[in-house]
Order: sequence, then C-alpha cells, then structure tokens
Amino acid sequence: MNLEFLIAALVTVVNVSTPILLAATGELVVEKSGVLNLGVEGMMLLGAIAGFAITFILGDPQYADTLPWLAPLAPWLGVVAGAIAGALGSTLFALMVLTLGANQVATGLALVIFGTGVSSLIGSAYVGLALTPFDQIFPDSLAQDPILKVAFGYSPLVYFAFIMVGAVYWFLNKTRAGLVLRAVGENDLSARSIGYSVRGVRFAAILFGGAMAGIAGSYFSMVITPLWAEGMTAGRGWIALALVVFAGWRSGRLLAGAYFFGLFMTLELYAKASGFSFLPSQFWASMPYLMAIIVLALMSARESGGAEAPACLGKPYLPDA
Amino acid sequence: MTILTRRNFVKSAAAASALPLLGRAAFADEPLKVGYIYLGPVGDFGWTWAHEKGRKALVEHFKGKVVADYVENVNEDASATPVIKDLAAQGHKLIFTTSFGYMDQTLEVAKAYPDVKFEHCTGYKHADNVATYNNRFHEGRAVLGTIAGMVSKTGTIGYLGSFKVPEVVMGVNAFTLAAQAVNPNIKVKLVMIDSWFDPAKEAAATETLANLGCDVVTAHTDSAAPLQTLEKKKLFGFGQGADMSRFAPHAHLTAIEDIWGPYYISRAQAAIDGTWKGGGDSWWGMKEGSVVMSPYNKSLPANVVAAAEKIVSGYKDGSYDVFTGPIADQTGAEKVKKGERMALKDLATIDWYVKGVQS
Amino acid sequence: MRIRFEKRREPSKAMQLLTPIGAVALTMLIGAIIFWAIGYDGPRAVKEIFLTPITASYKWSDVGRRAAPLILIALGLCVGNRAKVWNIGAEGQYLVGALSGAGVANLTRGLEGWWIVPMMLIAGILGGALWAAIPAFLKTRFRVNEILSSLMLVYVALQLLNYLVAGPWKDPNGHNFPQTAPFTPSQMLPHTAFGTPFPPGLFIAFALSLVFWIVMARSEFGLGVRVVGDAPKAARYAGYNADHMVWQAMLISGGMAGLAGILECSSQSGMLNLGFPSGYGFTAIIVSFLGRLHPLGAALAGIVLAITYVGGQVAQTVVHVPNATAGIFQATMLFLILASDVLVRRRIRIDWGRPVAQAAESAA
Repeated sequence: MNLEFLIAALVTVVNVSTPILLAATGELVVEKSGVLNLGVEGMMLLGAIAGFAITFILGDPQYADTLPWLAPLAPWLGVVAGAIAGALGSTLFALMVLTLGANQVATGLALVIFGTGVSSLIGSAYVGLALTPFDQIFPDSLAQDPILKVAFGYSPLVYFAFIMVGAVYWFLNKTRAGLVLRAVGENDLSARSIGYSVRGVRFAAILFGGAMAGIAGSYFSMVITPLWAEGMTAGRGWIALALVVFAGWRSGRLLAGAYFFGLFMTLELYAKASGFSFLPSQFWASMPYLMAIIVLALMSARESGGAEAPACLGKPYLPDA
Repeated sequence: MTILTRRNFVKSAAAASALPLLGRAAFADEPLKVGYIYLGPVGDFGWTWAHEKGRKALVEHFKGKVVADYVENVNEDASATPVIKDLAAQGHKLIFTTSFGYMDQTLEVAKAYPDVKFEHCTGYKHADNVATYNNRFHEGRAVLGTIAGMVSKTGTIGYLGSFKVPEVVMGVNAFTLAAQAVNPNIKVKLVMIDSWFDPAKEAAATETLANLGCDVVTAHTDSAAPLQTLEKKKLFGFGQGADMSRFAPHAHLTAIEDIWGPYYISRAQAAIDGTWKGGGDSWWGMKEGSVVMSPYNKSLPANVVAAAEKIVSGYKDGSYDVFTGPIADQTGAEKVKKGERMALKDLATIDWYVKGVQS
Repeated sequence: MRIRFEKRREPSKAMQLLTPIGAVALTMLIGAIIFWAIGYDGPRAVKEIFLTPITASYKWSDVGRRAAPLILIALGLCVGNRAKVWNIGAEGQYLVGALSGAGVANLTRGLEGWWIVPMMLIAGILGGALWAAIPAFLKTRFRVNEILSSLMLVYVALQLLNYLVAGPWKDPNGHNFPQTAPFTPSQMLPHTAFGTPFPPGLFIAFALSLVFWIVMARSEFGLGVRVVGDAPKAARYAGYNADHMVWQAMLISGGMAGLAGILECSSQSGMLNLGFPSGYGFTAIIVSFLGRLHPLGAALAGIVLAITYVGGQVAQTVVHVPNATAGIFQATMLFLILASDVLVRRRIRIDWGRPVAQAAESAA
C-alpha cells in the first residue's frame, strides 16, 4: 500500500468526520451545561438549507458588476447564515426548555420534526441547483498535491472544526466561564445559590450548540455535495449525539471519536469496494450506536460511577420546586 | 423571489384540479382525473422527479382534457393503502403508483374500486384493473458501459449501487457486459451503500472508488453527489435519471433519462378511448422513447460517441441486446448460452452478477 | 408592567384539560397564517388537515389505522414518562416486536391453527420488551442514561430489520426484492374488525386505554409510578424501589411498542420490508405528551395526530401544499402543548405599573 493511497483515504475520513465533529462539538457544550438537545438533526437541516440558499442568492451573477466583492464572500456568509439558522432553531428550543420549563426530550424531538419540515418547505425552491463547492482555500500546488493535501486539501470548515474543538477544550477546562458552565451542568441549584444565572448560561450554551449544528449542516450542502436535497443530512445528527456519548463528554476524545467513527464508515466502503464482505454491511452501519452504548456502560462501570456524564443532563431546572 | 414564482405556478396548477368531481356522472367533455403516488418529494431530483416530469408532460399533452394530482412522500407501508384509496374516492379514474413498495396496497385498493384503472410501477402482481410498467433502463446502462469501457484509462470502473434488488443488479450486469465488449480486461468494482439517498455516503463511496483506481464511476443512487465528487477529482461519471450536467459540467459524460411521459400519455389516451386493459406488464425502452440518453459531453471523442450511438440505434431497431449469450456469472458458470437473449422475466428477478464484477 | 410565572400549589386541573385543546386550536390558527403568508390557501389547508379526516367518512379507516399504533405505543410511554423513565427508543422496540412476530410467522409457515396469531402477538410483546430491557439493564446495573441508550438502539434495530429482510428472511418467491414472505391467512389478523372500517389494533388500543387508566388511577402500581415520578425522594423514604420502577416502565413501554409493531404487521402490512418503519415510535412520544401522560388523553391525542397525518395527505392533493406541511403542524402542536405545560404548573401574574423604586429594587 502506498502513501498516496493512504492519504487519499485519510482525506475521505476527514470529509466524513467533519460534520459529525462540528455538530458534536456544539452538543458537547450544550450537554455540559446540563441540557440534552436531541434536535441536532433538525438544526443541521435548517443550517443546510440556509447555507445553501444564502450562498446561492449572494453568488448570483447579477451582482458581479455592482458588487464584485460579494461573490467570493458568498460562501462565508452562507456558513454564517447556516449558523444563524441553527441558532434560531435552538432559540426556539431554549425558550421552550428554559423559559417555560418544557420537557427537553420531547422539545428536542419536536425540533427535529420542525427543522425537517421547514427546511423542505424553504428548500423546494432550490432543488436541482448547484453551487461551486466551498472546499479548498490553499492554492492548488498545496491542496492538490497527492501528499500535502493531507494537510492543505480541505474546506475552511475542516480547519474551523479543529479550531473549535481546541477552543471548546480550552474554554471548558481552562477558563472561569467554562468552570461555571460545568458547574451549572453538574448541580444547577448550587450554581444558582452562589449567584450564577443557570438559565443565562444554558441559553448561551444552547445557542452555541445550535450554531455549530447549523454549520455542520452547511458542510453537507456546501462542501460535501454542494446542492440541496430534502433530508440530506440522512441521520448524521443522531450519530453526532452518539459521538458525544462515545467521547464520554470530553472534548479531546470527541476529536478522536469523530475520526474513529469516520474511519469506521470509510473502512466499510473500502471493504466493500475491495470485495471483502465478511460481515453484513448492516453490522458496520450499526457500529457507531453499539460502540456508544458499550462506552456508556464501560464508563459507568468504572469506580468513578459515570462521573463524566453531566449530573443534570436532561433534567428540568426547577429553582423553586 | 424565486420562491414566490414557484409557488404561484403550483397554485394555478392546483386551481384547475381542485374541482370536486365526486359523485358526478362522467360526461365526455369532463376531464379524466389521473392520480399519482410518489415515494419521495417531487424535489428529489431523481426517481420521483422523473415521474413528476412525466405527469407534467401528460397534463401538457392533453391541454385540459386530463387533470393529474399527486401525493408525495408516501411511505411504502400499510399507510399507503388509504392514500391510494383516497385518490380513487376523489374520482381519479387512472392511478399510477410509482414505487415497488406499493404493490400489495395497489392490489388491495384495486379490488375495492373495480372501475378505476391502476398502474403499478416496477411490480409483478396483476389484476383485471391493475397493469404494471417499467422502463428498460438497462439499455441505457449498456450505453454507459460502452462509454466507460472506452474512456477508462485505468481499466477499473466504479459502480455505486443502492440495494441488491433486480433493477440494480440488471443495471450492473448490462453496464459490465457492455464495458467488457469494448475492453475485455475491464474490471468493475461494486459498492452497495444500503440506501437510495444519502448524499454524504454517496460522496464518500465515490471518493473510495476513485482512490482504488476507478477513473469512471457510475451510480445507481438518487442524488447528484457522486457526480459532484467526480467533478472535484477531475474524473468521469454519468447522470442518473436526468441530465445532471449542471452539477458536473466536466465529469458528466451523459445520463440515462427516465422519460415516463410517453407511457403516461398513451395509457391516459387508452383510458379515454376505452381501450385500456389491465393485467399486462409494459417495459418500454429506447424504442418507445422512454429511455433517452442526454447530450454527450463535448469532450467525448467522436469514436466513443459513435460507439454509444450504435448501441442506441441497435436497441431502437432491435438488432442489439446486451444480454446476449454467452454470459457467465461471477463464478464462471454459464448462465446464458451463446446466441441466446435473456428474457425480460428472467432479468426482472435476476440476483447474480456477471463475470468481472467485483463485489 | 412585569409578567411573572408564579408556581401553583396544585397543578391546575382545568388547565390540564384546556391546554391541549388550546394548543390544537392555536396550531390551526398559526398554521393558517403561516401558510397564507407564504402563498398557499392557509385556511383551506387547515380545514383539509384537521377537519376533512373527521367529516369525510371514507377517511375514518385511515385515521383508525394510523391511530392504533400511535395510541398503543403512547400508552406504554405514558407510564414511563409519568415515572420519569425516558424511553425514547419505542421505534426500535416497535421494530423488534414486529420482527419477533415475523420470526414466529417464519417458523409456523405451512401450519394452521387458531394459536398462531396469539403466539405471534406474544412474541411481539416479548420482543419489544426485550429490546427495552437492554436500556433498563444498563440503567439499573451501570446507571447508563436510558434516553441515550434507548435512542441508540433504534438505529441498531433498523439495521437488524435491513439485515433480516435483505438476507436470511428474504422471500424466495419475492422476485429478489428485500421483503419477507407474505404471512399466510392463519398468520393474519383481519384488516378491519367487527364490521367497522377500523383495524383490530384500534379496539385493542381503546380497551387497553381503559385498563391503563384504571390501573394508573386505582392500583398500588399506579400510585408508585406517580410518586416515583413526582417526588423521587419521598418515594425512596416510602420504600419504593426506583430500579424496579425503571424495569417496570421499560418493560411495559417496550412491550406495548412491540405489540403495536406486530399488530401493524399482522393486520395491515402482512409482511416486513424496508418500508416498514414509519416513525410511529417517535410520533408516539408527541402523542403521550399531547395526551398529558394520561391513558385516555393518549387515546384522544393519538387520534388527533392520526388526523394530521391523514389530513396532510388530503391537503397535498386538494390544496397542493407540500408534504412537509403535516410535519410543521405536528411540531407546532407539540411545541405549543409543551409550552402550555407552564400554565398547568404556574399561573401568570401580571403586575401593572408598580412603583419605579420597587421595580428597580427587585431588578437589583
């Protein structure tokens, strides 16, 4: 096996992993604050259509003469639009869950249905259109080089995902605000008693999670396949949820876990294309979920007693109960 | 603004068909109501979209003598039955159910509405008022195989499939046989992604095949993702179901277009004339104008286009069939004897790959 | 002016009844406005979605078919959700229930007898319960969050179905399509029961609604569920074992989902294929909340949700709204019902024109 082959395979792994990593990074922060937002898939779809639509509208050649700077900026603004769309979806969730004290599980599921419906309603006007892929920022000499592309051949969003994982690690572990967020997730009532705004912290976390899911969605509609198709995220939002669990709510492991999942999904394809089908493909497809369950069990079985999972995860915040 | 124009268009189309016809006697000048059941959204740009184009062609052709409604995103489970029944109850006299998974449901409703004509796409069960229809897509696959066999420099071609169902298997075989006819050493690597629609997985599988040395990849899944990936990698591929060249102007060599319009028009005409008959199975192809190749990419050399066109004309005049023996399966066992042609009914249940398919 | 939500001492009974009705009404209003704003005939769409399935008698059987699995699954979820045991993997249990029943059908192919269908139903219940037992075991043994584990298992179940219908259970006479062999007449329940247009599952669902209601309201078990759910600490002092409750809630909700699955497949589809999973398990979570976690409420809510499904398809042909419409209506309805929960637990207090000093003080 030669190096170029391995590198090309690695590039596929990165492409497969990045959207899951983006969404999971956001969800990690949400869950660390003690909130379980199951609506990732819905927010991703909202981000996917917003990213596509805004990029498409702003990239329209009719602006080429009057606003020549707009076209190169269009995909960046598209990603921002994707983030905003995801954040708007999560705002709905936050208002329901934090302000009105609604059940998180049910609200999250409602958000999935909502995001799927709204994105397909808006998206019906964009079916059959295509964008230039938002994929490489480095010059061809680097990005298309069979060896160097392992470092330079990606969409800006791939680097963004790396940066965000690092930033979230730093934020959660090295900053005071991160400490407060974790405290809110571990014990909301005592965090409140020492004067922190539990709702404020969680609202911010949920918004961040929504924006990241939205960006993850726009990775589908702008990078992997620069087109809009209904339900195009095809269940990756649920895999992102599994990833957060698999990573044991740790940002470092999140990065490793995302690439592990990506490697798994890519290996399946390589196995099939090379004619090794020693296990049914359905077994491979269910592995991310099985692995997440196994990790959950292993983590909890240890002495620490599952301390990694935020203690307030999914529980309502009832300050006057 | 695009949103508004599309909406208005849909609305005006709706106004014509919203007239309640229930319980009224059918007069000669009253339009025939045709109904469609769709698996996906009309915007899937694939299977359902092609049927939707056929429906529009039908409405266009009869200019007011036919109205045609549709229901999209109908699950292939028991819940499809009432949806089909509903179309019948609303006075639709000719109903097309456009996916395999509606088979038993179509038959069930047909029993309850003996005066309504049903047409089930890709199925194999019939009744007096249920006909089945399909297209001979594999004729197009033979054209793609010919082009791929001539264009490929590596001698390895990728094939991206959804599920191992007869429709996909016969496409793989037609493609491989045609490619082998122009290049006996050609290898076809097959990947089934276990989904009709998962753009990200389709893209990853295409990258994988490219990395394994395939310089042409053809897909039998529903999105344009494989083509977009090939365009990025400066490799070649084909459109699926429709001309997808706008997604990949360089990579898109041609496409098999599913043209359902002629069949729909002929069946509606038969229903109007009173000559419609159920119980039969229609497989239209290039000869009938139901399988059409999109314009060839300008970069294709003239001899490749000529070879492709030869297949097309061979199908049109009946002188060519890719499933002409000798054909061996993957193990090398002879499946079709020299000079014999495979019957459509055998193709319709095929579950083995020809020699040279690596799966 | 300042709006505050003040906690009620007792959850408001009136609000418990009024809010679901209000949520449905408000959904209609919001839906009509939204769809009117984007260029559709909004009021007509609402009428077709919510009223046509009720007024057009030929739609009743469709509503019944959709409602039966929704109610059955939601009944089990009501118990779990009341005890705050969150089983969101009902979709997976529904599938495994259907698969278990179909497994019995495979074994009894060629046999005849009245006992086959009951065997299939029992297998369905056991299969669903077994799939739900995994999260219950993980929760009680390892303290694994049941929300996550039950959700993950849905996707495992989906792959299991895909594997079986495309592999070992593929119908040899099915023209090589991924589907099981059709059930024989001795393996099928009637499509509709008692001369009505409704499937047998609907009658079972209604009967079980009454049973669940009585059990939840009158029995020791029902009391336990409520105490554990409403006051877990008090429940511990009172001697209720929370782990037992997890097991019971999971097994009941899994068994009900399994029953729904095998009823659907033995009375409606008559076989299994890739199209079998329809998301009933997820929608039933909406149903249980819309029904206020009350068994009779779940029965009503199941019908309402079924109506929106059926009406959504009517509206497609008649008003030509896209299929996504029904989903948007369902999500709006669930958002509103969840939001209105606050009115059950709290009252809105509006303070008009308080003195500036006081307001500033409270803000500080």
